[in-house]
Amino acid sequence: MAIEKRVRFGNRWLPWLLVAPQMVVVTIFFFWPAGSALYQSVLLEDAFGGSSQFVGLDNFNRLFSDGSYLASFRTTAVFSLLVASCGICIALLLAVMANRVIRGATLYTTLLVWPYAVAPAIAGVLWLFMFAPSVGIVSHALRSLGIEWNHLLNGNQAMALIIMAAVWKQISYNFLFFLAGLQSIPKSLIEAAAIDGARPWHRFWTIVFPLLSPTTFFLLVINIVYAFFDTFAIVDAATQGGPGKDTAILVYKAYYDGFKAMDLGGSAAQSVILMAIVIALTVVQFRYVERRVQY
Amino acid sequence: MNFKALIAAAVLAAAAPAQAQVEIQWWHAMGGALGEWVNGLAKDFNDQQKDYKVVPVFKGNYDEAMTAAVAAYRAGNAPHILQVFEVGTATMMASKGAIVPVAKVMSDAGLKFDPKTYVPAVSGYYTAPNGQMLSLPFNSSTTVFHYNKDAFKAAGMDPEKPPTTWPEVALAAAKLKATGHKCPLTTSWVSWTQLESFSAWHNVEFATKRNGFNGLDARLVFNTPLHVRHIENLANLSRQGLFVYKGRAGAADATFVSGECAMYTGSSAAYGNIKRNAKFASGISALPYYPDVPGAPQNTVIGGASLWVMSGKTPGEYKGVGAFFDYLSRADVQAKSHQMTGYLPITLAAFEMTEKSGFYTKNPGADVAVNQMIRKTTDKSRGIRLGNFVQIRAIIDEELEGVWAGKQGVKEALDTAVRRGNEQLERFEKANRS
Amino acid sequence: MVERRPVMTLVAHLVLIIGVLLVSFPLYVTLVASTQTSEQIVQQAPMSLLPGSNLIDTYRAALFGGQTASGSRISPVAPMLKVSFICAMVIALGKISISMLSAFAFVYFRFPGRTLCFWMVFITLMLPVEVRIGPTYQVVAGLGLLNTYAGLTVPLIASATATFLFRQFFLTVPDELTEASRIDGAGPIRFFIDVLLPLSATSIAALFVIQFIYGWNQYLWPLLFTTDESKYPIVMGIRRMLGGGDAGNEWNVVMATAILAMLPPALVVLLMQKWFVKGLVDAEK
Repeated sequence: MAIEKRVRFGNRWLPWLLVAPQMVVVTIFFFWPAGSALYQSVLLEDAFGGSSQFVGLDNFNRLFSDGSYLASFRTTAVFSLLVASCGICIALLLAVMANRVIRGATLYTTLLVWPYAVAPAIAGVLWLFMFAPSVGIVSHALRSLGIEWNHLLNGNQAMALIIMAAVWKQISYNFLFFLAGLQSIPKSLIEAAAIDGARPWHRFWTIVFPLLSPTTFFLLVINIVYAFFDTFAIVDAATQGGPGKDTAILVYKAYYDGFKAMDLGGSAAQSVILMAIVIALTVVQFRYVERRVQY
Repeated sequence: MNFKALIAAAVLAAAAPAQAQVEIQWWHAMGGALGEWVNGLAKDFNDQQKDYKVVPVFKGNYDEAMTAAVAAYRAGNAPHILQVFEVGTATMMASKGAIVPVAKVMSDAGLKFDPKTYVPAVSGYYTAPNGQMLSLPFNSSTTVFHYNKDAFKAAGMDPEKPPTTWPEVALAAAKLKATGHKCPLTTSWVSWTQLESFSAWHNVEFATKRNGFNGLDARLVFNTPLHVRHIENLANLSRQGLFVYKGRAGAADATFVSGECAMYTGSSAAYGNIKRNAKFASGISALPYYPDVPGAPQNTVIGGASLWVMSGKTPGEYKGVGAFFDYLSRADVQAKSHQMTGYLPITLAAFEMTEKSGFYTKNPGADVAVNQMIRKTTDKSRGIRLGNFVQIRAIIDEELEGVWAGKQGVKEALDTAVRRGNEQLERFEKANRS
Repeated sequence: MVERRPVMTLVAHLVLIIGVLLVSFPLYVTLVASTQTSEQIVQQAPMSLLPGSNLIDTYRAALFGGQTASGSRISPVAPMLKVSFICAMVIALGKISISMLSAFAFVYFRFPGRTLCFWMVFITLMLPVEVRIGPTYQVVAGLGLLNTYAGLTVPLIASATATFLFRQFFLTVPDELTEASRIDGAGPIRFFIDVLLPLSATSIAALFVIQFIYGWNQYLWPLLFTTDESKYPIVMGIRRMLGGGDAGNEWNVVMATAILAMLPPALVVLLMQKWFVKGLVDAEK
């Protein structure tokens, strides 16, 4: 990692002891199953594993020669970018405002974080309730504004729907961490700057935002990972990748192949590709974006 | 041995634990009221005898239950009985060594098992070409036509005379639209109702090799002129606003119950839900057909799920499974299930028993589904056995969505669906070759 | 903030109110749906936004079980709430403790393989649970942990998120504090307990909320893993109410159960805020 601390402790065996619990859990419950799962990407099997053939890179070749798989790269890029940026910006705005008000802060915070507790199974159902073409509450409202809402056949509206659902869940998450970050900024710094004559807008960009940058960096990485990996449940509940393949993001196809189609080899191959993309993105972020973070 | 010792021995013998009860794990995907039904069946069976205990476990929806079973099987921990949806039939069958055919389980357990007592179109789906029944039909439904009687009356049509042919349906839809209905006709499970069941109902093949029964090298053929003609008709209706697409899978069910859509083709098992929650009088009739097609109407294709027996268990446990299946097939148990859930009775005896009890006169329309299935099946209408069927249905959904949205032509869509679907079949064949 | 500017405060309140309305709207829909009857929800399209009158009956059925109007029996949620609570607590506390220790090691020590270990932990974010869930089941079954609380919770305890967050936070702690602690003769453990832990209060509180909810809402892993219905967490219970296949759902009871399921997390959010405020009031770094 690029960022280093100057002061350090010198024990030889203590750090090993400290990381041991996490490493043990990670090795047994992540690397071992993950290796097994990823190995399936070079196999062609039936669902129960009775007949298993080694096919080398066949699964990968098949993916890259499938036009609709390549198209979903673009769909995923658009989706992830919008989800991450909207989620972070909206949450930051709300957190800054919540940090400002003294009266009602607890209430606002509770009401803004609480939606995170909605079980994903229910969240999917709720969005369908609200957006069902012609009978949903929101689609009804949109129609009265002159917008004809039918995400079953309109690809752009379907995309808008899943972006809204994904951002909604993340706003609570981002808001919570932004608020925690804001509240750990010492008041004395802000006061000092105010005494020096700095206006609030100026103060925000020169003091608050840089001090918030470790949190922002954390949320940026987490939000991108979230957009890539944790959003299939939303797509599954709302559009199932439709209409056609307009909302078939990469992780949805991987999940679909593994869970519904019982094509474990194909699903594993897609997971390898997804992993490679996200690792690359994360390395890029750590290398180039973390430079601007102020610790 | 003296007297005291004898008494002691006798007491000991009496106090010895009874022979351990064999536990049978049954993994299912029935939630809500259906979950109650499953639990009730297990409880009744357990109460009637002491040798076996069936333990039903809810494992999510069909996909999740299947995934759980696959994971468990690979870890050596499979359940005894697994409920699998009908499109998973080929996957279960082709998995080498994973399952034990029901017929074998029953005969090994020494139980009488006559395939002829089962309703042909129901059991045929789950039977091998050589006549061996592979899985036990459990909750079977079929495609029927639901319509809103009140809406019919308001449109000036006779509510007791639903349209029976597709031209009549188009006319009815036009009349409904004229009286202000925004959604005269819709459908749920597009592939099942408009292509699969449609094919069987008109005695034409959906795929070669008798719809896949005769080999893994079957290929799709649902882009014949008849199929193109039918989807073209629906596309026309869609352009005129007479047919409104309401989403994949069972999403359209809610639109009928709420009164939004006046007619729809869907599952017979929605009957209970409609009767309970709809504010209007509703009716069921048979799936519409084209009168100029020879052989139509034949029979429809079932939906729902069946019970499979997983391998790797002891003979004692299989005996218990056999006893449970025997119990499930009893006419009175079947009749009760059928009347409670709206699923089809799987034996002819159960159907007759229900008829004799006057159930169908008290609940008109409940026998429509059964009547569609009772005919003797032909080679083209017995059912469908295709691998990777889940993906094929998704492909059909995707391509047809392009048609409903006006983005592509019908022939083009069906041809693409057939091509993409055949790729899936080739892959399945390759994966299950060894 | 520092100046008293009523206009800005008003704007802040307005923004927050709009935010709350948008973000909480689905929750409101859930609440309203739980006060109506199943027929009302299904028949009226769109669903009415005013609370219905069926509150007591619906919640009684959801809490204690019993027959509903349409004849299906609901199983009581109390046992499932207990399972979810245990899972949530174990997972939250477990994740926070092992992540704090790991982050401490990564930031404050130099040892061979440090970067490798950090990335090993970090990579766990890159392969979602769903993909590796089959093999994970095999590992857990092989360890003999089926149908136990240990099996339900331990596989989920590794946390890249928490480790990452603590790493970020520890990097912001000024070196002067560490120096001062060293000069006082305190070893690393002392430093950790006396200095780092109190400073991390807000991070711990935020993480606790998130991880508690994460553990609370676990669905897929318990589904695959338990065959004992008495070990079903609450989300599975909600799922089980949604009828399989074509049967209709008791939407009002489902929504009521969902609201009940959301109460403990809401409580956690409320309680944890005390830690935030405390952070504001005392720590002058």
